[in-house]
Amino acid sequence: MKRDESIAFIFFVLLMVIVPLISESTYILTVGIFAGINALVAIGLCILMGYAGQVSLGQAGFYGIGAYVSSVLSLYAGIPPVLSIVCAMIVAALAAVVLAVPALRLKGHYLAVATLGFGEIIYIILNEWGPGGPSGFGDIPHFGIMGYTIDSTSGYFYLIWASVAAVMFFSLNLLGSGSGRALRAMHDSETACNAMGLNVVVLKIKVFVLSAVYASLAGSLYAHYVTFVSPSSFSLFYSILVLTMVIVGGIRNVWGAIFGAVVITVLPELLRKFEELDVLVYGLILTMSLMFFRKGIVPILIDTIKRARGSAVAKH
Amino acid sequence: MPIPSIPFKTYHTLLTVFLQFLFSGLTVGAVYALVGVGFNITYNATSIINLAQGEFVVIGGLMMWFFSESLHLPFLVSVVCTLISAGIVGLLMERLTIRPLKNPDLLLMIMITIAVSIVLRGILMFIFGKEPYVYPAFTEGEPLSVYGAIIQQQTLWVIGITVLCIIGLFFFFKKTIIGKAMLACAVNPAAAQLVGINVSRMVMFSFVLSAIVGAIGGIAITPISLMEYDKGPMLAVKGFCAAIMGGLGSNRGAVIGGFLIGILESMTAGYLHSGLKDAVALVILLLILFYRPSGIFVSKTMQQLRKF
Repeated sequence: MKRDESIAFIFFVLLMVIVPLISESTYILTVGIFAGINALVAIGLCILMGYAGQVSLGQAGFYGIGAYVSSVLSLYAGIPPVLSIVCAMIVAALAAVVLAVPALRLKGHYLAVATLGFGEIIYIILNEWGPGGPSGFGDIPHFGIMGYTIDSTSGYFYLIWASVAAVMFFSLNLLGSGSGRALRAMHDSETACNAMGLNVVVLKIKVFVLSAVYASLAGSLYAHYVTFVSPSSFSLFYSILVLTMVIVGGIRNVWGAIFGAVVITVLPELLRKFEELDVLVYGLILTMSLMFFRKGIVPILIDTIKRARGSAVAKH
Repeated sequence: MPIPSIPFKTYHTLLTVFLQFLFSGLTVGAVYALVGVGFNITYNATSIINLAQGEFVVIGGLMMWFFSESLHLPFLVSVVCTLISAGIVGLLMERLTIRPLKNPDLLLMIMITIAVSIVLRGILMFIFGKEPYVYPAFTEGEPLSVYGAIIQQQTLWVIGITVLCIIGLFFFFKKTIIGKAMLACAVNPAAAQLVGINVSRMVMFSFVLSAIVGAIGGIAITPISLMEYDKGPMLAVKGFCAAIMGGLGSNRGAVIGGFLIGILESMTAGYLHSGLKDAVALVILLLILFYRPSGIFVSKTMQQLRKF
């Protein structure tokens, strides 16, 4: 991690520790929990899109795998949630490899539609063969470690944002390492990358698997927090929602994914009055950010801060 | 799309059941074919795959309901009004979101069309709500019977209109100046510009035309399968599947692909399990994308010429 990133990271962790201490309201914490869950998926998609240059419209599929595998294993097989979450991540990783090996030879539209198709197939499978079918199932055990079960809202807030922090820490280090540079190089020119002796295909598959594992983790946490899952949470709409988060936050900055997740999760709460308009509002936000803030909000903010700092230095 | 349920006691022969599935497959297949052709029109002119293509079909069905059932306009007037409004939507989409982009990359283009499809879906949901809409078939009358299989008259309308539409497009691209100009833009935009073709206007036409083609499908299919605001994405996926099956850009391929998918889908729903019918098209889609992305009716040489 670079110095700026480390500072940002420490601020971020402090903020997450403080929020539940100041806020007494469960409502705010609940919204925060969902923002954190979405942020996990968004970070994965952001790395996949912004750094590896691959598009995915099937993240809801991996999110659904995470939720269903972990809840089925913990509910019906009695496996503790800590282990079932790991199992779900492995299943999601395998699914990602199976999809990525043929799919990542495709580009652009073809890849977008292939991942969309994958997501919809998972959705149909959950509807047809998932416990409870389209209406889903409940009584999923709460998350617990070593005899201590987490069932309070603030407990989940810490758990989920700790996961976000861990995922963020891992991702920032990864992107700062040789693999990260390789990814950025691949985004700019695959041909040049190949010529330098980087195995572009393997790199793409790795990133795809990483994004699937993040989404699966988010899905599992979601299931153990809500203790009820139904296929409707894992439809194409969720994939598009995550896409919106990543684009609004800024596609080439992982912090953007967290920012976008928070904004897009909080927004519908503010727009409660316009209940019928939610689809339209998402669509307009996505269109506007694509057309006018192509870089995303976070990179624009960073540029502004840098410029302000630059002019302050110049004055001295 | 709902497949008409068949009281098995009434018909005994396997042939009857098979024919019944075949006809319902051809009906939905016709719409997939039209969506696939819509994809081709914009793809040929702009190399953009407009993922809002499915929404045009929904607009066709819902606006037709609005003009004919809500405003009680005569049938033909409603059709014309519906096609005009779909055309306007296509025009606005191109003018407001595609044209203003400066040096867009492919990723951005994909996401813009997805974003527009969400906006359209949001508007449709706001205006029409979430319930399905239907209006009477174009002609009243007894359904036909072929070896015991029942064919609604509307089914013939759907298939007939699709075929007419495809023939019309064929002549449009081969015989009219605008059609030829659009093809020229697809082949080489710079050269087309040099001979005095207004390329950006042709791009606009392609969006308008693909919207109208989609809306025609929507108008024809709604009396059979009902129409609701969120049918777009599935129609787009299946239409895309039809388009790539025959090789993206080839209208003949898209038509064959559309009918094939429709038939396979209705056979699956009939013989296996109705919940799996959407999965069939998706699995076919993935298999084609993975193994023959240039299309299954395309020769080996052609495949090597295409880029992915």
